[in-house]
Amino acid sequence: MKSPARPYFNNAQKSYFPYLFSALFLAALIDSWRRVGVDLPLLFEKQGRDNILKFFGGMFPPEHSSQFLSLMARPALETIQISVVGTLIAIAIGFPLGILATRNFSVGGILNEADTSGSPLRYALRFSIYSAARGVLSLFRSIPEFVWAFMFVRAVGLGPFPGVLAIGIAYGGMLGKVYSEIFEAVNPRPLEALQSTGANKLQIFFYGWLPQVLPNFVSYTLYRWECAVRASAVLGLVGAGGLGQQIEISMRMFNFNEVLTILIILFIMVAAVDILSSKVRAVL
Amino acid sequence: MKGSNHNAAEQFRLEDVGKIFPRRQVALGGVDLTVRRGEKVALIGPSGAGKTTLFRLLNLTLRPTSGRLFLDGADVLELHGSRLRDARRKIGTIYQQHNLVPRLKVVHNVLCGRLGQWSTARSLLSLARPGEVDAAYHALKQVGIQEKIFSRTDELSGGQQQRVAIARVLLQDPEVILADEPVSSVDPALASSIVKLLVDISQSTGKTLLVNLHTIDLALEFFPRVVGMRNGTTLFDLRPDQVSEDLLEELYSGRAPESESGAIDDEEPSPPILQ
Repeated sequence: MKSPARPYFNNAQKSYFPYLFSALFLAALIDSWRRVGVDLPLLFEKQGRDNILKFFGGMFPPEHSSQFLSLMARPALETIQISVVGTLIAIAIGFPLGILATRNFSVGGILNEADTSGSPLRYALRFSIYSAARGVLSLFRSIPEFVWAFMFVRAVGLGPFPGVLAIGIAYGGMLGKVYSEIFEAVNPRPLEALQSTGANKLQIFFYGWLPQVLPNFVSYTLYRWECAVRASAVLGLVGAGGLGQQIEISMRMFNFNEVLTILIILFIMVAAVDILSSKVRAVL
Repeated sequence: MKGSNHNAAEQFRLEDVGKIFPRRQVALGGVDLTVRRGEKVALIGPSGAGKTTLFRLLNLTLRPTSGRLFLDGADVLELHGSRLRDARRKIGTIYQQHNLVPRLKVVHNVLCGRLGQWSTARSLLSLARPGEVDAAYHALKQVGIQEKIFSRTDELSGGQQQRVAIARVLLQDPEVILADEPVSSVDPALASSIVKLLVDISQSTGKTLLVNLHTIDLALEFFPRVVGMRNGTTLFDLRPDQVSEDLLEELYSGRAPESESGAIDDEEPSPPILQ
């Protein structure tokens, strides 16, 4: 019996690759476990236990004087602001690069077959744009936001601005990568119909592509914002403003009760963002 | 390079056109066919005969892997970029699976027909505030579902969606209309009226019309030219009164016309989201 051909699919044929990769995966897992020195009993030895107890014991009761709380209001607000502006920059970077890094938008599939066939130059051009977009996205996200922040603190000085830049670039790389994966999973049939009306690629994208994936797109972006709230707190540790800076100060002074208060504030903020995003998703 | 003996009345000329998909599956093996401007042609034949692939070649989605395909005298292999888009704008396609964007409102799906004429900026603006609503309304009225203009497309029934797809082509106002099994998802009465509507549009505006049909009766009733396809090539190309029972039997011999789900000859059925 003949199987239906799907021209926009790769030629998946039976091969030994699944077995090869399973074996490689197992070997990597076993080797990694050994090399990173997983030693669970260490957690329960006396010294470790004492230190943990000291740390947690020092946390209670959390610092709740109105003076300390009012002192935290500004850094908390700053953390939210860093995450909002950082995420907006990340979208500005990740959205266009994510579109270009979408294979069936840039090089392959039904939207490129007719246009590139018989024209190797066009194909080469598209393939290089696609590869360049993927490369930039990989570079942006392979460097941890922590390291980006460290670099930007050197470049523009202490404060929230380096935090914003760090989140914008590192998260831009992550958003772009996941956007391209979301875009690639689209149903191509409406796109083919739009193309047949003579629409250009951008028109096809905004009429056929984005509407189909909008819920996933928004949902993932909001999730990244939530991560950015947490990340902007961590970035404070290298001097990039926000609550992180306060955590660092309190830790250094061994004021673990203040640390707990800040963590509670952080938890409330992340939970609030989560509630907000689930409300937005419900509307879509 | 222009076709050496191009006749201005020719819309399409196919010379030994073949299409082989990447998995070496032969979808078309040497089709010769000439369609003149304003002609109305019905294609019939069993599933897997290559009718849908032929349409995807004619609307410049796919490229032939062998032979030559001329549109208005120009070899389609030489069309790229904006010239390719200009050529596509002249050909409107109605798909078996409607191929509408499910999450968009009906009005936007209809206005998609205008994308080839609109600038990118204007198209984006129209998503926020639909442009040419009057034209969209008029087209929807022609197919009888103007009251659905602001509904979400995925809330419509299969037959209604098919009519939205026709309205989209009306707005595109192409020189050629290709309709691939346009009535496979509607009841017989509606099927007849949709085919009649397409024929009337072609008649009154001089548009070239090619229709893939599963329903042989409709092909023989409404079309002055019937092409039978089988195994990726044409078996006959005749007036309806010349199509005999014997020919039809030969066309479908060995295999009765399959159920509708088997009618898609080169792709999987679209996901239920479109139903």
